[in-house]
Amino acid sequence: MCLAIPGQVVALMPEQPLLAKVDVGGVRRNVNIGLLEDGEVTVGDWVLIHVGFALSRVSETEARDQLRMLRAMGEDALAIEEVRGYTFAAEAAERR
Amino acid sequence: MTMRYVDEFRDPAPIAGVAAEIRRTVDPARQYRIMEVCGGHTHAIYRFGLRDLLPDNVELVHGPGCPVCVLPTGRVDDGLAIAAEPDVVLTCFGDMMRVPGTKGTPLELKARGADIRMVYSPLDALKLAQENPDRRVCFFAIGFETTAPSTALTLLRARDLGVRNFSVFSNHVTIVPAIRAILDSPDMRLDGFIGPGHVSTITGCRPYEFIARHYGKPVAVAGFEPLDLLEGILMVLRQIRDGEAQVENQYRRIVPWDGNPAALRALATVFELRPYFEWRGLGFISQSALKLKAAFAEWDAEVAFAVPGVRVTDPRAAQCGEVLKGVLKPPQCKLFGKECNPEHPVGALMVSSEGACAAYYRYAAHAAETVTA
Repeated sequence: MCLAIPGQVVALMPEQPLLAKVDVGGVRRNVNIGLLEDGEVTVGDWVLIHVGFALSRVSETEARDQLRMLRAMGEDALAIEEVRGYTFAAEAAERR
Repeated sequence: MTMRYVDEFRDPAPIAGVAAEIRRTVDPARQYRIMEVCGGHTHAIYRFGLRDLLPDNVELVHGPGCPVCVLPTGRVDDGLAIAAEPDVVLTCFGDMMRVPGTKGTPLELKARGADIRMVYSPLDALKLAQENPDRRVCFFAIGFETTAPSTALTLLRARDLGVRNFSVFSNHVTIVPAIRAILDSPDMRLDGFIGPGHVSTITGCRPYEFIARHYGKPVAVAGFEPLDLLEGILMVLRQIRDGEAQVENQYRRIVPWDGNPAALRALATVFELRPYFEWRGLGFISQSALKLKAAFAEWDAEVAFAVPGVRVTDPRAAQCGEVLKGVLKPPQCKLFGKECNPEHPVGALMVSSEGACAAYYRYAAHAAETVTA
């Protein structure tokens, strides 16, 4: 459960500054960005996600490596299931 | 040399190169015992068959970095006692649902009528509290420094929103006191450490400096890919060869030397160290776990509920403690693969994919016959 999930920031929400919409393997959910410094993250950036929070900003290369590693460890489906399961900002999340 | 799983993963040439460098670095006349602290590393080591790439005299010892594994049965029982209180909804992560307490796992108690629900984020537990104002929603919090800041921010949010029917049963632990306890343990002979990856994104590398300075043991913080882990092992072996002891950061692309300042601030705002906390296998370790500060007492499950706090010993036949300390390998436990398996875990190390027993069962059980007791 300590393996972080990489996602790409697709939208920031000025009215909800603690949230960012991320895309993880095609699943889009809002995550909390309160553990990043103010202004650290912008649309297009990649972040590592853990239990609903962005832990750190990473390069695209690193994010793709991490995703491939989750796949190799058989944890990618679980990771996407986790992100899909975040309900705390569901009303604001994009429907797929 | 077999490259069982590595081939499918990425270009094997650099991996073979580091493996060859490791063979050149070791002294064949001595033994090396290196502990990988993090359960994610344990999982990766088995998954990628990395032991096959290491010389026989380099032994990897699995550390305590698996949150559900180190949680003692008494704390599981405490959480389940909270679930039995009137109007309570107990929430926890998926791994936690299958950890056995004295009267069963959270999943089994749920089947018997307790309102226990799995969540993927502590924020989901908070939302559940907002949606159910007539219920008392408690989050059974587990995890190391990777997870604790998320609980901290959730509590700050609960305070800001004034959500009074939400509480946290904190079982957050910190990795450094556990490493110190292992270093002080008379039956542990370790030559170096692979430091955890994602925990260190929060803590940075500084907290490990005492290992090098006071215990004279090398540390390399490493990532989770086969090449990362092999490079980390090589860093430790080179330091041993050169008579050095320092903290190196193999995972610089993710781990800042000083950690994540926003996360460390959140931890310091919400939590304080407990005087002591029980760890499965390691016993009571001073200042090794986090409790809510008095300012957050309103959201502290240990204040809101009468938590029994009874110490419970593990089933005698299960040898989780010995495996957690690295004294026994998983298949050397009497229950391994028999009474205790991933479908019916007797001990917590068989529950999580980060637990040494589950990882061993999944990937390396075929090699069990070659392990000598």
